[in-house]
Amino acid sequence: MTTTQTRRDTLKVSLGAGGAFVLGFTLAGKAGAQGLAAANAAPGKLNTYVTIAPDGIVSIIAKNPEVGQGIKTSLPMLIAEELDVDWSKVRTVQAIADQATYGSQLVGGSTAIPQHWQSLRRVGATARAMMIAAAAEEWKCPPGECATDAGQVIHARTNRKVTYGSLCTKAACITPPDPASVQLKASKDFKIIGRPTPQVDTAAIVTGQPLFGIDFKVPGMLYATYLKAPVFGAKVASADLAAAKAVKGVRDAFILDGSENVNDLMNGALAPGVAVVADSWWTAQQARAKLNVQWAAHPTSRSSSEGFLAQAQTMSRGAPLRTELKAGDPDPALASAAKTVEAAYHYPFISHANLEPQNCTASYKDGKVEIWSPSQYPEPAKAVVARQLGITARDVTINMVRGGGGFGRRLVNDSVVEAAAISKQVGAPVKVLFSREDEMKHDFYRAAGYHFLKGGVDSGGKITAWKNHFVSFGKNGAYSTAANISRTEFPARFVPNYQLDVSMIDGGIPTGFLRAPISNGVAFITQSFIDELAVAAGQDPMAFRLKMLDVPAAQTPGYDSARAIATIRKVAEMSNWGRRMPARSGLGMAFHFAHSGYFAQVAEVKVAANGDLDIVKVWSVCDVGRQIINPLGADNQVEGSILDGISHALYQKITVKDGAVQQASFGDYPLLRINKAPAIENHYILSDNNPTGLGEPALPPVIPAVTNAIFAATGKRIRTLPIDTAQLKA
Amino acid sequence: MAYTLNVNGRTVTADVDPAKPLLWVLREDLNVLGPKYGCGLAQCGACTVHIDGQPVRACITPISSVGTKRVVTIEAMENDAVGKKVQAAWSEIDVAQCGYCQAGQIMSATALIKSKPKPTDADINTAMQGNICRCATYTRIRRAIKRASGQSEA
Repeated sequence: MTTTQTRRDTLKVSLGAGGAFVLGFTLAGKAGAQGLAAANAAPGKLNTYVTIAPDGIVSIIAKNPEVGQGIKTSLPMLIAEELDVDWSKVRTVQAIADQATYGSQLVGGSTAIPQHWQSLRRVGATARAMMIAAAAEEWKCPPGECATDAGQVIHARTNRKVTYGSLCTKAACITPPDPASVQLKASKDFKIIGRPTPQVDTAAIVTGQPLFGIDFKVPGMLYATYLKAPVFGAKVASADLAAAKAVKGVRDAFILDGSENVNDLMNGALAPGVAVVADSWWTAQQARAKLNVQWAAHPTSRSSSEGFLAQAQTMSRGAPLRTELKAGDPDPALASAAKTVEAAYHYPFISHANLEPQNCTASYKDGKVEIWSPSQYPEPAKAVVARQLGITARDVTINMVRGGGGFGRRLVNDSVVEAAAISKQVGAPVKVLFSREDEMKHDFYRAAGYHFLKGGVDSGGKITAWKNHFVSFGKNGAYSTAANISRTEFPARFVPNYQLDVSMIDGGIPTGFLRAPISNGVAFITQSFIDELAVAAGQDPMAFRLKMLDVPAAQTPGYDSARAIATIRKVAEMSNWGRRMPARSGLGMAFHFAHSGYFAQVAEVKVAANGDLDIVKVWSVCDVGRQIINPLGADNQVEGSILDGISHALYQKITVKDGAVQQASFGDYPLLRINKAPAIENHYILSDNNPTGLGEPALPPVIPAVTNAIFAATGKRIRTLPIDTAQLKA
Repeated sequence: MAYTLNVNGRTVTADVDPAKPLLWVLREDLNVLGPKYGCGLAQCGACTVHIDGQPVRACITPISSVGTKRVVTIEAMENDAVGKKVQAAWSEIDVAQCGYCQAGQIMSATALIKSKPKPTDADINTAMQGNICRCATYTRIRRAIKRASGQSEA
């Protein structure tokens, strides 16, 4: 990675969404000051997050679920920095799911860093102040004369030092200061923040230690497989339970009733199905093959991808369901434009394809259930499980276990409710595990989308009109999960005559958030169509974009086009934009703002005469604020997001026939492999803004950067994903 | 059927169905949890182990075919001169994101370096193509293999 700093006149003071209030809340919990005193009765426990042992080992709670985004490392780094301890003395401890104590525990939206940047540093600084107070009391000196360094309190005037470890009992009895009153370090004094730091679980990962949900075992645990209908929500008409039970090692097989309603399923409700429970998961899978299930009819059993496309095309020719936003008067603007372009774009449903399939271990006993889940958002599962089991949410305990990839899939807790229901029925602890086929056919997919665009440019090469009839998925006028577009989504407000119309298909396919939700499809549409308009205007795609972003800041609150422009200029410089390219090679550019991060990327491609596509290199520039918390983790997220986007562009497509998903494995749903992974050069512009997250925003622009590069190399415009390389033959 | 196996240098027994794949015998019967289930079809490589030194997908290897061959998993790589270097490179570069595939990646990389002590980019592409990393840590995997084999990482 490389970085550059920019300073701007206006320092924006924006407290993270967590803010100081959340800190007070998290420090004291629900019980307030009394709860705090009780909590501090534990030896060395300074607050909800920090416990220091006499040997100087610092235990810090990692509050959020870890699914590979590195948060189990980076959030404790924030606390450790302000506590002023040596990172090698820190042990992180995964929290249980308890939002009353910890506030939101959610992996999603790249929100963890902006939410905790202030609040968790204040947690550390508060604990540090307690250490100083304890030392000052011992030394009978004013606390203001004490400093700290690497787990010690220092009194320079008298040359005295004392370790946090030896102060820990005393410090735990000190009344904590008001978190809002503690002084935070200046960034020049950071010793942990900004230092490349390996993940806290790295040693366990490379030696194969059991860390993941799938690895978790409890005594007496049985294994379960849960067979659901190919058509989402279809009920079991009949099943040969006896045949499954006859398999050696099978303990039970039974039908569970569940919701037929796809909206309920998207909220984590139990789907109808057949459970097979055995002393081995492999055995349960063998028995499941003998069930011969007949599924009941379901209203969506005739839907298909082909039908969706035909419906979308028909809808595009009619009046939209509604107009989401209209600015200026696009129709006359189009009529009077110097050049107009019309194009239909489409991206398909795609699957999260977590490498660790969905799984959950549940142990139900006497009206209470304990759960071990790699969920990205465990808290909502408590109410769903309680409802399913007829118990109260208080009697549901959820432990958070490392997840083998999240990408949004584990925001839905379907495996949690399945495990809980099956454990209750068999009266034993149970691990539910999806097969690869279950994983592919029972996802909450990134919604497909159809965009019918019209745009116009004036004789000066400026976009004057932009009209999009967006055909998405939804019911009764409500979008299916993550199938919407925000009214202010770019280029709204940047084009004088702008209109976003929407129509919806009721498809019966469960949808959900998938890494960089909405953006992962919309950036492809927008940045491709901008490229088309640049070509129509006879302009360089970079210059055209800069001109488009040149609007008064007041016109686009929440979108700082100066930051976007800076990333574009820098990526152009890094990629040597505008250089002469050999035949059938090209550079493509795209930018996107999402999850508070500004990204611009350039892709270089080479297209062989037979259509084979070689993505040679990707340059990426971002502005996610003034501080990269953990550069090692940040680079990994950016590179992984870029390659994930390339995987979307090249391969990923879920199709539906007779209401069911057709793909079942990595054979018919390929993912990017190492031989197709290009080199990546990554740069951070450190602007004077609070730091924001990196789990998602690097993904969206790479897709149009690649397809725009293909256009530059071949003159073929890619308007449908994934890229059909057969179209690219010379 | 009772099988006597050689796993990570120890003799162990498992009384299981002959068709049960080695992966599930390791995970369920022998509590060796490093090899992971990803697909059950030899498409992702998360289950990769060494059998007599060769990288093998344990998810499609019936236990009845293993016999007395030496089965080695990620858990024993610390005792393997090459495996240890690969693990060290993986740690230093901090290759992993979620980490789920990395045991399989390390097993494939170790087998590669044993057969080709200085693997080229093309060798790496060929040998590592069977291992999916859903988090796409491929650029770091490439660097880690270069480092573990004592080559320049550029």
